Amino acid sequence: MNGDHFMRKLALSERVLMSVEKPARYIGNELNAVMKDKDDVKVRFVMCFPDVYEIGMSHLGIQILYHMFNEMEDVWCERVYSPWPDLDKIMRRENIPLFALESQDPVRDFDFLGITLQYEMCYTNILQILDLSRIPLFSNERGENDPIVIGGGPCAYNPEPIADFFDLFYIGEGEVMYRKLLDVYESSRENHLTRREFLEKAAAVPGIYVPSLYEVTYHEDGTIEDFSPKKDTVPGRIRKQAVMDLSDAVYPMKPIVPFIRATQDRVVLELQRGCIRGCRFCQAGYIYRPVRERSLETLESFGGKMLANTGYDEITLSSLSSSDYRNLGEIVDFLREDCMEGRINIELPSLRIDAFALRVMEKIQDVHKGSLTFAPEAGTQRMRDVINKGLTEEDILNGAEKAFHSGWNKVKLYFMLGLPTEQNEDVLGIPQLAGKIAELYYQIPKEERQGRCTINTSTSFFIPKPFTPFQWSRMISEEECCEKAGEVREAFRKETRWKNLKYQYHSPDVSVLEGIFARGDRKLSALLLTAYRKGCIFDAWTECFNKAGWDEAIKETGISVSFYNRERRLDEKLPWDFIDIGVTKEHMLREWKKALEGCVTPNCREKCAGCGAAVFGGGVCFEGKN
Amino acid sequence: MRYFQKAMRRSHFPISYTGGMSPHMVMSFAAPLGIGITSEGEYMDIGLTRSIEPEEAIHLLNGAMTEGIQISSFCILDESEKSGMALVAAADYLIRFSQESKIPSGWMDRWTDFMAQQVCFVTKETKAEKREINIRPLVYRWSLPRDLTDSDGGHMIFLRTAAGSRNNLKPELVMAAFYRFADIPFTEDDIRVHRLEIYKETMENGRMRLTALDGSKRNWTEESLS
Repeated sequence: MNGDHFMRKLALSERVLMSVEKPARYIGNELNAVMKDKDDVKVRFVMCFPDVYEIGMSHLGIQILYHMFNEMEDVWCERVYSPWPDLDKIMRRENIPLFALESQDPVRDFDFLGITLQYEMCYTNILQILDLSRIPLFSNERGENDPIVIGGGPCAYNPEPIADFFDLFYIGEGEVMYRKLLDVYESSRENHLTRREFLEKAAAVPGIYVPSLYEVTYHEDGTIEDFSPKKDTVPGRIRKQAVMDLSDAVYPMKPIVPFIRATQDRVVLELQRGCIRGCRFCQAGYIYRPVRERSLETLESFGGKMLANTGYDEITLSSLSSSDYRNLGEIVDFLREDCMEGRINIELPSLRIDAFALRVMEKIQDVHKGSLTFAPEAGTQRMRDVINKGLTEEDILNGAEKAFHSGWNKVKLYFMLGLPTEQNEDVLGIPQLAGKIAELYYQIPKEERQGRCTINTSTSFFIPKPFTPFQWSRMISEEECCEKAGEVREAFRKETRWKNLKYQYHSPDVSVLEGIFARGDRKLSALLLTAYRKGCIFDAWTECFNKAGWDEAIKETGISVSFYNRERRLDEKLPWDFIDIGVTKEHMLREWKKALEGCVTPNCREKCAGCGAAVFGGGVCFEGKN
Repeated sequence: MRYFQKAMRRSHFPISYTGGMSPHMVMSFAAPLGIGITSEGEYMDIGLTRSIEPEEAIHLLNGAMTEGIQISSFCILDESEKSGMALVAAADYLIRFSQESKIPSGWMDRWTDFMAQQVCFVTKETKAEKREINIRPLVYRWSLPRDLTDSDGGHMIFLRTAAGSRNNLKPELVMAAFYRFADIPFTEDDIRVHRLEIYKETMENGRMRLTALDGSKRNWTEESLS
């Protein structure tokens, strides 16, 4: 207990705290937050999730890195999140600089500002964070005393649209190279190197991308002509970093426990990274290849400690496809039986719905309250084969039937609209499938049914992502999005069991913007800046999304939406080609061609497809080869 | 609530659970505290699975507290005693003015006039109706402690008001009425409220007395404040 710690001075006055929503977002001091003496450390690092506190606190990645950095004696890592618009307004009006939660010190005083890039619609918040911290938005305008701004996370795999705002990007998993990077930083400081000189040294650290040391030129048609390093010492290609032994890797035994409710307010146990399935639209499945599991013993040990150190009674088992974790049954049994006298609530998303999954879920879930989630992603078998999602209609209907017999009466379905080669019958297949499931429920004898059933269908619009076989695909236009969603909605209304069917779809306009930035290039920095200056922030929030602002920004900067969302030529230089994720471009191309022919590819454990991830020397590629 | 639930789990406190389909901790708070109000007299009732000495209970829980929150007393209730919430009868507060408030100096005389009134009406609106309520009788005690000032040297107001399910008078309401009386525009931002104690009523020698919820004889008076 910090008995000798006087109550800290907060950056925000009582008056300001009392005038904003959820003031606990800005005071820090949570259980397991780390307090150090700033004079005792050599490097001050502040980690940022560019969204509001409750969203940021649900993110496992920051908890992992926070814990990792604070284990280092020479480093103190703190956190900062986007101030909600109400506080943002006050901070600008009263000249209050953005501050880190633990020390309440201005972000500007730190050595590093690390920003995690989880989704494209948080990009304007990056500018908000820099702006409120009084750090020059463009990296080439920063001085010797400005923090080094570094980005990481899934969107860093195509960092080009925001490259002008960052000094560094860390490509890959953060557990691996940060110690080396900080060593380079400390020695650069000791030797009185300039900022520029440090960045040049950083470029030699594996996995580190220094945008200012690369030159991009364009053809007249806007596509990339050349992308190359400005110096010999700077690598032409950057290989992502991957933790090969997850069981040995750092993990937060004492996650920070927020005072207010976070979106994910429980202990998170990461079972494994990567995915064997190879669904062709899924970027995460590819960039985190090869699949690497955490050992059962490690998870059991972590689970027990984390629960004891936080007092949570809820735990999520997290991975891209948890059914494929080979010790799933055992870890669930352990948590149920050996933890907290069995009073623990277990969340298990990302499950393929089969007999095994149903058995597991029955054990852990209150069947009467929960809903069963299927993600067929496409409405017909042909379309599912194109995207390589192995789920058959039989699988879905069988799974649903078993679940209904066991007492479930709520089902959630996820689909995408706008997939490559999509025909009208694929679109209409969605309400048809939902209708069939509802029909199944009513075929169960009345005595066995538990009330009405509800089938909730949600469609998102397909966005082609870098490092997937669909990275060459076109994205449908906003008009097409509206058209398709409208057709689906109409068709739902005509279904026999329409009373049991609900349908919602994602915003077409936000989806189109996401599409632009997902496969964008450096020319987009002007669009981002213009949109930000027009007041666009918290774009992922429906209540904050400013369509008019974005439309104006697009018009003013002359950016062509159709240029970025078009189908790409196979020989075109893509903005993210300079990054090496192990999986090769050739493999992606093969998969793209197979997709267009509707051919499926077996998963990694069924048959190795030679994707290239084996270059990392471990994980599923080498299972059973010892 | 969730904060204390987690603390119970971390400290392995012998707290009992309800039965039935979804068991939860036997825990309730005597009188909820609004956002922005500080306190040194809050109470929580819990169920136990075994007997425990007060010192051990306090020590165990304080080991799981974060900075700024401390358990100060622990007592076991008689089987016959009702729960905290049902017992609440009154509460003590200290009110000071915020730095931004425009309260004029010399407000203390106005306050004395205000409190000298027999009646003070406020409008209480419910979905069904608007009612005028006389809140003056619900102020059981007040004083302007002479030797007590805040960090800016300003004086504070001590108030004891009715609290609980029968009659509940929030100090903010009293202050709003005072500002109206003194003809000054009021925002809740003008005041900072600190709760000192919560009381129940007990019969003693044929008289109703206020006792702190944990049964201690603690009773804030002019003398004890200075």
